[in-house]
Amino acid sequence: MADVIALTYDISPDDFTRAGEASSDVKSKLKQVGVSPAAIRKVAIAMYEGEINMVIHAEGGKITVEISPEQIRMILADKGPGIPNVEQAMQAGWSTAPDEVRSLGFGAGMGLPNMKKYTDEMNIETTLGVGTTITMVVKL
Amino acid sequence: MTVGDLIGKGIFQVVEEGDDLSREITGIFCCDLLSVAMGRAPSMSAWVTVMGNVNTIAVATLADVSCVILAENAQADEMCLTRAKQQGVTLLATEEPVFEAALKVHDMLHG
Ligand SMILES: Nc1ncnc2c1ncn2[C@@H]1O[C@H](COP(=O)(O)OP(=O)(O)O)[C@@H](O)[C@H]1O
Ligand SMILES: [Mg+2]
Repeated sequence: MADVIALTYDISPDDFTRAGEASSDVKSKLKQVGVSPAAIRKVAIAMYEGEINMVIHAEGGKITVEISPEQIRMILADKGPGIPNVEQAMQAGWSTAPDEVRSLGFGAGMGLPNMKKYTDEMNIETTLGVGTTITMVVKL
Repeated sequence: MTVGDLIGKGIFQVVEEGDDLSREITGIFCCDLLSVAMGRAPSMSAWVTVMGNVNTIAVATLADVSCVILAENAQADEMCLTRAKQQGVTLLATEEPVFEAALKVHDMLHG
């Protein structure tokens, strides 16, 4: 079996100035290993949205990215409050983001829909009071 | 039209030149909501916004737009400038409102 490269990132809570650093790092690593710009863009968009959600809605967390010749898998795990109604959260425009976050340009309620749109597989496991783990796959 | 061509017209202030003046601009996108821009701005577009914070640069990089135009005299904050420099993102500015700024780019692309 071909090598799988695994990258891990700790995402700190409430730090909007650092939000996006993990996604940017993944983007440049994918470029180095020769992944197509179209696939890189999908991974970058989906991961950034997930990363931002961990900063805004959860207390940070951990992102693991597995790169293989066939696919890129992102696993975003947080110990935040969980998502009470996933179907509702997935709807374009649904957001519980607070006003101070909105004033930064976030909170359009398009994050989860973007993650779905730009990945080939997406799975949300969430338990109230325990946390949320979102797994996304982009096929190469 | 390339980013260099757009700068060369002299109608926008150059806040940060960016590291790829040969990058093509093939479209225009206007929106301040980051997730909307993220999901819908075509790569290689000029993104016109009034949001000049560090997250603007993150979205510009990840969505792979060709340049960011801050309209309505919106100021880029310190962290935004630093990140634009680090990431090589072209950042332009104008006093014009969003629509007029976008229209100028449109006229250059299609005029
Ligand atoms: N990791 C998470 N933990 C808890 N809630 C979340 C998480 N991600 C998303 N949510 C919930 O789902 C909603 C929709 O998310 P999203 O589509 O990214 O929109 P936005 O982040 O703009 O609010 C959020 O407002 C929030 O209530
Ligand atoms: Mg979101």
